[in-house]
Amino acid sequence: MSVAFNRHGTWAIYRFEMARFLRTLLQSVLTPVITTSLFVVVFGAAIGGRMSEVNGVPYGAFIVPGLIMLSLFTESISNASFGIHFPKFTGTIFELLSAPVSPFEIVLGYVGAAATKSFLLGLIILATASFFVPIGILHPAWMIAFMALTAVTFSLFGFIIGIWAKNWEQMQLIPTLVVTPMTFLGGAFYSIDMLPPAWRTVTLFNPVVYLISGFRWSFFGTSDVGVSVSLAMTLVFLLACLALVALIFRTGYRLKH
Amino acid sequence: MRAIVSIAGLTKRYATGGDALKRIDLDIREGEIFALLGPNGAGKTTLINIVCGIVTPTSGRVLVDGHDIVRDYRAARSRIGLVPQELVTEAFETVRAAASFSRGLFGHAPDPRHVEKVLRDLSLWDRRNDIMMTLSGGMKRRVMIAKALSHEPRILFLDEPTAGVDVELRRDMWGLVRRLRDQGVTIILTTHYIDEAEEMADRIGVINHGELILVEDKARLMKKLGKRQLTLNLQEPLAAIPTELGEWSLALNANGHELEFTFDAVEEHTGIPALLRKLEQLGINYRDLNTKQSSLEEIFVSLVSDRATALQ
Ligand SMILES: Nc1ncnc2c1ncn2[C@@H]1O[C@H](COP(=O)(O)OP(=O)(O)OP(=O)(O)O)[C@@H](O)[C@H]1O
Ligand SMILES: [Mg+2]
Repeated sequence: MSVAFNRHGTWAIYRFEMARFLRTLLQSVLTPVITTSLFVVVFGAAIGGRMSEVNGVPYGAFIVPGLIMLSLFTESISNASFGIHFPKFTGTIFELLSAPVSPFEIVLGYVGAAATKSFLLGLIILATASFFVPIGILHPAWMIAFMALTAVTFSLFGFIIGIWAKNWEQMQLIPTLVVTPMTFLGGAFYSIDMLPPAWRTVTLFNPVVYLISGFRWSFFGTSDVGVSVSLAMTLVFLLACLALVALIFRTGYRLKH
Repeated sequence: MRAIVSIAGLTKRYATGGDALKRIDLDIREGEIFALLGPNGAGKTTLINIVCGIVTPTSGRVLVDGHDIVRDYRAARSRIGLVPQELVTEAFETVRAAASFSRGLFGHAPDPRHVEKVLRDLSLWDRRNDIMMTLSGGMKRRVMIAKALSHEPRILFLDEPTAGVDVELRRDMWGLVRRLRDQGVTIILTTHYIDEAEEMADRIGVINHGELILVEDKARLMKKLGKRQLTLNLQEPLAAIPTELGEWSLALNANGHELEFTFDAVEEHTGIPALLRKLEQLGINYRDLNTKQSSLEEIFVSLVSDRATALQ
């Protein structure tokens, strides 16, 4: 019964992870929805009232892609890292390691589920935001593509963190110390054109800038950097994560003794 | 008979410590119940975990039904069910979901009827919709077994299946193991309860300090190493063993109230009739007498301690 692809196994992992999501549906959805609403109301209405427009877009609408990206980053990372870290922590990972599933299938199951969740959440946030501010989407297909790519990439990144982390503190380390600051400094709530030239140059080393810029372009047709550059950066990040995951499974790093 | 698991030159050195396994060679025969005995830290779990793919070996080769566990891991692992030593469960998963998950994970299409049968066999059907958190330890152990059986393994590893399990469940478990064997499943179990190995196993392997000291048919092992003892409860205590009894290997116990004669279980001429006649001649009377066969436990203890003293 040697099969080339264990679809039942992959599906079992995916379903298990989605079931965990559904068990905590209310808090999974409510938290980002409330956060988004607060951001849009506070930034959009209070500050936006004095700022009028950024690159020809009303400020309230301008921050929405940034907000969605911020949620995609954090949710993808936390979903995926938790999904693989928890079995490591409780010991139930023994079953995964003893099962006839390939690394690819394991990643497909865990990362697929985490990406699905954060993708859906992204859509929910978009819907919530459009309740407060009118948002037109210029390139819907690209928007979906950017969202999906980002969800997958950061879920992979989260998966790596979940394997790397030795405890719950380390799980929080990268999201709070690296990802959130990079997102805030990456133009989630402003255009980098608004920065002094020196800072703008520094900012261009922040990969998050490219992700947000491309995503924002799919909404409003304007961007800080070229769309193709954004896309390329996203893909580079995706491939880097894939390579790292492959390495982890090849060496059994922090999975097997 | 064909070897369904074939282990050759297997060693394991953990990053943090010494050798957990030292060049293990072992063939498990198809359809047998093999008991792996050994004290704490002997390497039993390490051996099982390597075969199952949870621990990477330092060197050596393992074939499962002819499939290399590293190169052809899919084929090897799909034949194996594992019930680990530690009870690890997903707190919020229901019993039935847990079993169905394992079935899927091991590449089988969903089959609610099979899952139901397994749960019924383990008296878990009534608890099928309960989440794991609400089960007792013994029930969790059964769920672990149900998970392993849900994917119809041909080889079942039971790592201390009856640790922390009550007498009744232990009997149930032994019954289940026998039924599985009758269905052709090969079973490898580890245990500290030597009576369990004695009761269940076809063959016994003794492992200590990462070395497989001995692998033997249970019956032959008992015969080969088994001693029998005749104990005589004396009417009058003896101060010392009379010199006339020098040709028998005797010991005086219980302040001289018991005379103990140890003899080889397999020998035709035990020397008992001659001993009893001699006692009569000497006027040593006894109230009662009984014989006993040394248990596997004693065999095991003597094996392990012989080895330890030999090493010193
Ligand atoms: N993950 C690990 N890292 C380092 N050393 C380990 C690890 N797991 C086991 N060991 C060591 O390897 C040796 C064998 O352990 P193992 O768990 O295989 O023993 P065992 O025979 O199953 O014992 P027990 O009867 O207590 O379950 C022990 O010395 C143990 O300390
Ligand atoms: Mg053990």
